[in-house]
Amino acid sequence: MALTREQMAQRVARELQDGYYVNLGIGIPTLVANYVPEGIDVMLQSENGLLGMGAFPSEAEVDADMINAGKQTVTARKGAAIFSSAESFAMIRGGHVDLTVLGAFEVDASGNIASWMIPGKLIKGMGGAMDLVAGADNIIVTMTHASKDGESKLLKHCSLPLTGCGCIRKVLTDLAYLEIENGTFILRERAPGVSVEEIVAKTAGPLIVPNDVIEMTF
Amino acid sequence: MSGLDKRVGSYEEALAGLTDNMTILAGGFGLCGIPENLIAEIRRLGVRGLTVVSNNCGVDGFGLGVLLEDRQIRKMIASYVGENALFEQQLLNGELEVELTPQGSLAEKIRAGGAGIPAFFTATGYGTPVAEGKEAREFNGRHYILEPAITGDFAIVKGWKADHFGNVIYRHTAQNFNPLVATAGRITVVEVEEIVEPGELDPTQIHTPGIYVDRIIQGRFEKRIEKRTLRA
Repeated sequence: MALTREQMAQRVARELQDGYYVNLGIGIPTLVANYVPEGIDVMLQSENGLLGMGAFPSEAEVDADMINAGKQTVTARKGAAIFSSAESFAMIRGGHVDLTVLGAFEVDASGNIASWMIPGKLIKGMGGAMDLVAGADNIIVTMTHASKDGESKLLKHCSLPLTGCGCIRKVLTDLAYLEIENGTFILRERAPGVSVEEIVAKTAGPLIVPNDVIEMTF
Repeated sequence: MSGLDKRVGSYEEALAGLTDNMTILAGGFGLCGIPENLIAEIRRLGVRGLTVVSNNCGVDGFGLGVLLEDRQIRKMIASYVGENALFEQQLLNGELEVELTPQGSLAEKIRAGGAGIPAFFTATGYGTPVAEGKEAREFNGRHYILEPAITGDFAIVKGWKADHFGNVIYRHTAQNFNPLVATAGRITVVEVEEIVEPGELDPTQIHTPGIYVDRIIQGRFEKRIEKRTLRA
């Protein structure tokens, strides 16, 4: 069975380490905050200028001056700091964020990522995605392995305009966890009950399948 | 203390000198911390052909979105747009030009503009459509592109509190682009919720020192919320 969105978030959360500063993108990455393992404390960075994003507010706590990068009302946790957009991106571009999790349309075997622009459709902008992928050392991309029409999203070369080049080394899809090294995808883990054959069939880019591919458990 | 007293008595006075085809830098992120009354005054003035630099362009009927209604904006420099139908319509029929800029580069371009730095190298956007036409250079094995700074004829800013000297503090995440924009306008206008007596703001807590600020006005704010999200 392919992973659910919640299971994908759970799997990503296993990469969290105590003391990490983490930036979570919109969509599945946001759900990672719900699965922080017990005994681990992380600080969530929101690129509009908040380090230490807390839970959504209660009705009484709602404050128009307190939002996250998704423009949702949020609270600040104990130990939070608030600052300008320039300071926020100095953290991101200076490589101070320990883990960045974001979605994508395509990733390729050279570590390129396309996530912001589909030619012919309305282009809304890249927001902070280009800064995040260029500045972070440790990035996990979350996306479905193939499109609804069955087209692979793990390619030899991205077909869409790039968000960043040579910056992605870890990808979690609904079928597998893969790493990228030396111009190839390497299959590290498969979703419970998903065969290696299915993953191979749905990966268009070069793929190495080691002998010890782990079956994920939840 | 007339020279250092930045207070003005009306929104008309706050934007005196704003004319067609100028470049306006606007603070705010989404609808959070936007100078909503100064934007409304720009609409009332009816100036046209504007280049507006702001992370976003408001929504239909609020924030910078209202400047689209009478087609006052010619060019928008932003990182994320299209939260409003009017924007999309004017973009598609060619009435509006858009220069999409990565959010961190946009912040840094404005910061650099205010700090007298004409351009800087950044890894952001290398190898992407953003890099087209820009100088690329390698430092220590990594690739970077040259991004020019941004300055404006006017900077419009939303603060929380200010004193007569134009020292400003912001409230929570309504800070965002506001302190950057404040440094990069030839004329910087700040509207605040409260003008306090000199000495009331702690000098160690000032976000925008008064040297950057030309005009201060106290306003009333709707502070519309874009996505009200509550705890389950």
